[in-house]
Amino acid sequence: MEKSLLRYIWKNTRLQQLWILLVVVASMVPYFLAFDLPKRIVNGPIQGSGFEDPDTRQTFLHIVYDVPLFGNVEFSRGIELNRLQMLVVLSLIFLALVVVNGLFKLYINTYKGRLGERLLRRIRFELIDRVLRFPPKHFKRVKSAEIATMIKDEVEPFGGFTGDAFVQPALLGGQALTTLIFIIVQNFWLGMIAAGIVVVQAILIPRMRKRLLELGRQRQITARELSGRVSEIVDGIGAIHGNDTSNLERADIAWRLGRIFSIRYDLYQWKFLVKFINNFLAQVTPFLFYAIGGYFVLLGRLDIGQLVAVIAAYKDLPGPLKELIDWDQARQDVQVKYSQVYEQFNVEPLIDSSIQAVATAPVAALKSALVINNLSLSDDSGARLLNQVSTEIKPNETVAIVGANGSGAEAFAEALGRLAWPDSGGVTIDGRDLLELPESITGRRISYASADTFFLHGTLRDNLLYGLKHSPLREARYEGGNAREFETYAIEASKAGNPAFDLNSDWVDYAAAGAQGPEDLLKIIRPVLDAVQISEDIFDLALRSTIDPDVHTTIGLHLVQLRTSLRRRLAEEDLGDIVVPFDFDLYNAQATVGENLFFGTTKHPMKNSPQLAAHPYFQQILGDTGLNDDLYAMGLEIAENAVELFHDLPPHHAFFQQLTFMTADEIPDYQSLLQRLQGSPSNEVSSEDRTLILGLSFSYIEPRHRFGLLDQNLMERIVNARKRFHAHIPDDLAGLVERHDPQRFSKSASLMDNVLFGRVAHQMADASDQIRTLMREIFFALDLYDDVLSVGLQFDVGSGGKRLTMVQRQKLNLARALLKRSDYFIFNRPLSALDRRLQDQITHCVIQDLHREGHRPSITWVLSDPSLAEIFDRVLLFHRGTLAESGSYLELSQTNRIFKELLS
Amino acid sequence: MLIDEVEMLRQVPILARIKPAKLKLLAFASDRMTYRQGQDLCRQGDVGDAVYVILSGTADIIVSSPAGEIKVADVGENAIVGEIAVLCDVSRTATVRATSALEVLRIKKEHFLELVNDFPQVAVEIMRVLAARLSHATAELTAARALNPPSTAQ
Repeated sequence: MEKSLLRYIWKNTRLQQLWILLVVVASMVPYFLAFDLPKRIVNGPIQGSGFEDPDTRQTFLHIVYDVPLFGNVEFSRGIELNRLQMLVVLSLIFLALVVVNGLFKLYINTYKGRLGERLLRRIRFELIDRVLRFPPKHFKRVKSAEIATMIKDEVEPFGGFTGDAFVQPALLGGQALTTLIFIIVQNFWLGMIAAGIVVVQAILIPRMRKRLLELGRQRQITARELSGRVSEIVDGIGAIHGNDTSNLERADIAWRLGRIFSIRYDLYQWKFLVKFINNFLAQVTPFLFYAIGGYFVLLGRLDIGQLVAVIAAYKDLPGPLKELIDWDQARQDVQVKYSQVYEQFNVEPLIDSSIQAVATAPVAALKSALVINNLSLSDDSGARLLNQVSTEIKPNETVAIVGANGSGAEAFAEALGRLAWPDSGGVTIDGRDLLELPESITGRRISYASADTFFLHGTLRDNLLYGLKHSPLREARYEGGNAREFETYAIEASKAGNPAFDLNSDWVDYAAAGAQGPEDLLKIIRPVLDAVQISEDIFDLALRSTIDPDVHTTIGLHLVQLRTSLRRRLAEEDLGDIVVPFDFDLYNAQATVGENLFFGTTKHPMKNSPQLAAHPYFQQILGDTGLNDDLYAMGLEIAENAVELFHDLPPHHAFFQQLTFMTADEIPDYQSLLQRLQGSPSNEVSSEDRTLILGLSFSYIEPRHRFGLLDQNLMERIVNARKRFHAHIPDDLAGLVERHDPQRFSKSASLMDNVLFGRVAHQMADASDQIRTLMREIFFALDLYDDVLSVGLQFDVGSGGKRLTMVQRQKLNLARALLKRSDYFIFNRPLSALDRRLQDQITHCVIQDLHREGHRPSITWVLSDPSLAEIFDRVLLFHRGTLAESGSYLELSQTNRIFKELLS
Repeated sequence: MLIDEVEMLRQVPILARIKPAKLKLLAFASDRMTYRQGQDLCRQGDVGDAVYVILSGTADIIVSSPAGEIKVADVGENAIVGEIAVLCDVSRTATVRATSALEVLRIKKEHFLELVNDFPQVAVEIMRVLAARLSHATAELTAARALNPPSTAQ
């Protein structure tokens, strides 16, 4: 990176800068012509100079030049025009010049803008590129939000400055210089006075601006620190609540804002002081002209005409000068920002760009051993983590690394995974240092997973396949307009120094995972998910998600089959009573009264059933069937029951969990509502109160709430009302309610509910577990398990994978490493969040799975449970930063005291 | 229905002295569950998250040992089971298996603890039940020791 922004801009845009300068100079011609023309129009055709006689004609466009060697050449004879014609022609020319000037301006501004945006793009990309190449240690010192602010906000003004970086000073400087020379020619001494003031301005103002620049720098740093602190607050919100430190944070933020305020206010004051002095100096020159020049005129040593000419000429000097000074301020401002950014991003040693070069060709397997030679590591404070460790990890070998926390075992694994850079010694393969190997080799042939998980905001699938996306392998094909669009994208990218890799290409290296293509990828993924025991979680995620049968056609097609096999299996297992199926002719006791009335799910998540119930068509039916009064009475009784049960309970009492249709805060409201409604006949109740009360009865489930409010008669009448409701349902309601249909897939219900096509009996013990087990069986039997899994893989994991549990994240993190068919697997306590039993099972599974199909990669595993070391070929025992011993489990467990202690 | 449940709950010795209104609340806050014969209410070693009051049916209390499963007691209507794990915050000490179709009221751990807090009578009753069980267990242990005295060599 260049140290000076101007040099950086010049280096990257000099041809364009020259071109724009040329265009600007060319644009001066019509600009001055347009200045000159009005005078000619007024003097000529309007005031009549040259047209004294009504018949006088003037030649227009008579162009004659004296060309050397050829003599007098007449380029155009011109045409004779009378006064009116002349007026029209000159006015039209004026109009044409206005248009030309406008077009020039448009072109210049657009060009400058594009130039600036390109430079902005280039510099942002370059900064990110550098972040990608920072040494790992550097990330312990920087805050991500601060880096983001620098890349996003602090470089922003560079773009605006780029277009003016060279054109502005060249142009304004030229103008100012011309005026100055003109004044000097008119009168040497007055010229010297003007020049003297300019020199004073040129020296004084930048000096005063030094402080401005310093303040500007502070402003930038404090603002950046503020954004760093804000992100700290967001990330650490749990700790803030947990420790009651929110007021400490408030104080900290208030203090920072106060500092920013005082810096900004200081800046403000200085800026206007400088402006004042600058203006004063500019105004003082005419004063000197009048005073000194006038004195000379009085003495008779200066011609009055000269003085007037000088004063007239001087009018043109302050304008460009001021703009020039402004430009200089802008320059210094962006330069300060730039050097800030430069300082932050000029990190040594940067990873060489060749190490990250994109490689599309398959990478050959690593067949030699990893040789660790006198490896020493230390942490940021300089404490030794690992001291002079030498060993070798052979291909095909499984190595267990054991040691207490802080024994150096983790640090050793980090060095193998290239996350920690050694102080001395190093890791070599085939005689080449691991850190000098391109990442295309290490990133594809070595898998590393630790307890620290990384998740992108995206689907599970994106996250699982992240480890396979090394290069754009299959180019996306574009047609027609899209192809042209991509072409311009690629051209523009190269002009801004960006790579033109296409994000829409298929980046997944299927071969590296052992698959042919996207079609059979799931066949590879599934055993991996099984090995880390997360398939069931993903399956459950899929069951809980809503799916579009038009996308997942196989599931949609088999829906009826799925429903019938679930019924059959439930019957076979004697679990028939566990699910109450939807039946158009029967009341479903396990569903709410509202659902029984509508016999469907609401498509609109914001509309609940009482709101739907306000529809006039529905009201009509309720009125006709008399249900209106029954349900109202029922709602009243529910409210009375709830108020009676809960009225004297403190609001946070555990029992409130069970009260599903009211919150603790609403109890007093219902209490007063009941008092109000008592005794008043139901037809006098306001519609809001009625909706509230009906809402209660709509969410009532008899087996759950057990108030004994539903009898056979009422249930039958509800079913009858349901039938009437669906018989002539108007279109707007039909669009809101998706009717339960045994043949059709409901897009507004989860996959689970779709297959169940009924409600789980609330009172049956372990019902949902049993149903999940059965579902899994059914999907297996119909060969749809993979389809469901791929639905689950579409689950959005949230920012940083926060929608998953820590256990799930660690399992998936391990799965991602396993998907790559590497030659070396390095696992650094990857499952620390899991309990021991699960860790043991998964470790066994992973080792078995990796060593199937004749492929025998090397596995190095830092174990939390040393007894697991038994299944590894060799054990490396770390103790206090050194390699205490290396040998088989049997040897170590018999002879080594430290190992025995760890085992016990 | 809640009202019937309240009647049943009043038959349970440890809840007998609680006011009907509170019992109704307790019944409402609990889940009424049915178990089939052979189904486990809870398993030994699991986390104790609820107490069960048997409304109808019978169940066995089973402890697994190296020699296999041993039935240590059976319980019937109005019995309360699973309270040890909830009170002592330990995992389930035994498995409870339905020996007939079973209707139970499942009282969540936090609800049960609130109940004990709110009504000292409940705590006294629970003490009584536990003490009875302890004396029963001691008697059994004495009998077992008499049959098979532990060796004194160790």
